[in-house]
Amino acid sequence: MKLTLWTYEGPPHVGAMRIATAMEKVHYVLHAPQGDTYADLLFTMIERMKKRPPVTYTTFQARDLGSDTAELFKDAARSAYARFKPDLLMVGASCTAELIQDDPGGLAAALDLPVPILPLELPAYQKKENWGAAETFYQMVRLLGQQFILAPGQTRPARKPDAKPTCNILGPTALGFRHRDDVEEISRLLRELGIEVNVVAPLGANPADIARLHEADFNVNLYPETANTAATWMTRNFGQPSTKAIPIGFKGTQAFITEVCQLAGIECDVQKFSQSSKARWYALSVDSTYLTNKRVFIFGDATHAIAAAKVAAHEMGFKVVGLGTYSRELAREVRETAEQLGLEAMITDDYLEVEARIAELQPELILGTQMERHIAKRLQIPCAVISSPVHVQDFPARYSPQMGFEGACVLFDSWVHPLMMGLEEHLIGMFRGDFEFHEGAMPSHLGHASTPIKVDVEQLPANIKPANGVPSWETDAEKELNKIPFFVRGKARRNTERYAAEQGLLSITLETLYDAKAHFKS
Amino acid sequence: MVGCLADVVEDQFSRIFKDLGLKSFAFFPPRESTQRIVVGPKTKYLLAQPFLTDTARFLENMGAQRIAAPFPLGVEGTEKWFLAAARELGVSNDVFEKVIAPQRDRANKSLEPHREILKGKSIFFFPDSQLEIPLARYLNRELGMNLMEVGVPYLHRQHMAEELAMLDPKTQLSEGQNVENQLDRCRAQQPDMVVCGLGLANPLEAEGFTTKWSIELVFTPIQGFNQAADLAELFARPLTRKSKLMMVEEV
Repeated sequence: MKLTLWTYEGPPHVGAMRIATAMEKVHYVLHAPQGDTYADLLFTMIERMKKRPPVTYTTFQARDLGSDTAELFKDAARSAYARFKPDLLMVGASCTAELIQDDPGGLAAALDLPVPILPLELPAYQKKENWGAAETFYQMVRLLGQQFILAPGQTRPARKPDAKPTCNILGPTALGFRHRDDVEEISRLLRELGIEVNVVAPLGANPADIARLHEADFNVNLYPETANTAATWMTRNFGQPSTKAIPIGFKGTQAFITEVCQLAGIECDVQKFSQSSKARWYALSVDSTYLTNKRVFIFGDATHAIAAAKVAAHEMGFKVVGLGTYSRELAREVRETAEQLGLEAMITDDYLEVEARIAELQPELILGTQMERHIAKRLQIPCAVISSPVHVQDFPARYSPQMGFEGACVLFDSWVHPLMMGLEEHLIGMFRGDFEFHEGAMPSHLGHASTPIKVDVEQLPANIKPANGVPSWETDAEKELNKIPFFVRGKARRNTERYAAEQGLLSITLETLYDAKAHFKS
Repeated sequence: MVGCLADVVEDQFSRIFKDLGLKSFAFFPPRESTQRIVVGPKTKYLLAQPFLTDTARFLENMGAQRIAAPFPLGVEGTEKWFLAAARELGVSNDVFEKVIAPQRDRANKSLEPHREILKGKSIFFFPDSQLEIPLARYLNRELGMNLMEVGVPYLHRQHMAEELAMLDPKTQLSEGQNVENQLDRCRAQQPDMVVCGLGLANPLEAEGFTTKWSIELVFTPIQGFNQAADLAELFARPLTRKSKLMMVEEV
């Protein structure tokens, strides 16, 4: 285990909490020391939830460790059941409690409670939050669905000719990035296509709903990080196919419509559904020309990072210069997308590594998580959040989905907003030294118009400074570089240094600067 | 040198003029408003921008003489602009070649990737920036674009003489604005790219045309050898963008 100040994911029991908290009539008894109750505030503070998560902690203390912590667990489980009367009781241990090996599953089973018990074994020192959520959801689907498993050789009965096609929406959880709004947007889209939503789970579902999952014709796997394991099990045991397309972005949504219509066995006119997309038109309109080939760095969970990379490259016309994820379970998929974009994916859960890469690449925009937002702030690079982990400001009051056609509009707005407008870039180029459109001006629509921006590599902390050994700049060349607008200066500096290093030059002259410019144009 | 240029371009031009051996030269308007420029009968001037009819007349009233030249857009235009000055001021061919050749060769090389994108594409100019004729000449001769109509707000035949001499004689020139008729002609000709003002650009994009809004050409440093590729890139960008955005998502 590596100790670090910040992590992208919490321990796996937090993933289990995200399932429990998303659902109705479920309670989670967590064998955990006092300090672990901090997890409640993730939901009550960051997501502004009005009720506490349905979690009872055994809250043992150091002095209990000598005595019977198992009895402590049984008491907690018994009284949690008596107080909350859930239809299903989840039991498990947090990272610290895992070490005392009390077997919460066995202890809970021995209590003979009149509801199903879902024992969760989530290895806290090998796995993380998303895996914990996926495993919990899968175990619950299996526990409540086992009586509906198709016998070997049996196939799913065909839908009655007069019945509407139905599907489940799988994956949304508590503390999910825009999950509530995504579910609303995708449910509406499915309804418009003539497909009925059987169950949305885990968000808003109760154990009886989980037991009805097998009734749908197919599954919409909206968040693979949480739903993959369960969806795969249902394909195998209920004969339900599952979607692969993620409806993020205009094109992603089109692909999703095509796929669900095919799974539902219905005709649909994708063009008809997508022709009114404002996101598409905004990207095609002339003001967006300046977005072309803007250098973007992307990091997040696998699903959102992959989707963001596709939207960035094929819908916004950006140039993706870096792509990575902390989702080790889906690293292969991210590597594939990166390869298609001519990149090598960055798979890491160390934010310091991410910061160093960003500092080295000097992108013009960062699309990332809450962590990259901090990095962006530190390096003074524009940034938009696209993925968990997120903070309180990423749960906006307004309707703000990431998915579907409305989601595509949200992406356009929120990715373009941090950037300086195209015309304003020109004004700064023209009026260098002006009190308003000066060198270090921030985008005027973001306020703080006079806050200077310094994307100066020299000023970066030592741990994130690019490798040493770059050729030195002659005064003339350095001066000339400063005549180049700030938003391309970082790139010009980097290209020139790379060119000089390739040519084996020890110093960079004015001519080197222009040689490099011509070299990288051709 | 008459006509506003970006500082970075002015500095490059200054270095070239120094290398050519010129002792006394200045840019008008000057960078600082307090700087005095002396103009008299011994002054020769070169136009760096094509929209300076009145300025040119004032200068000539003060006795200055214009050095006839094309405008410093593109590698060829820039070279001929310097060549006109060099001839007029007695710079030897050897010196000229020694100074200009490396600049020219580097600039030509930098055009290659843009030429690949622009070659064979047709282009239609609505009258807007007054830069249309030198741009058309550059796009056609150096980047291989096919000229359809080239519209200019007004045509100064004297200032444009060198440019017109280089322009493909088949080119349809039009002077002044009759936007409905021009739109009809544009729609009939279906060019691969339309250069127009921002008032027309989005409506034309919505009709399916690829446009280059012209005012950006006035904002951006586009003159000179080192900026020739930047200028080409401004025209290649909308086409690159279109092809990027037209890719179809596969499931």
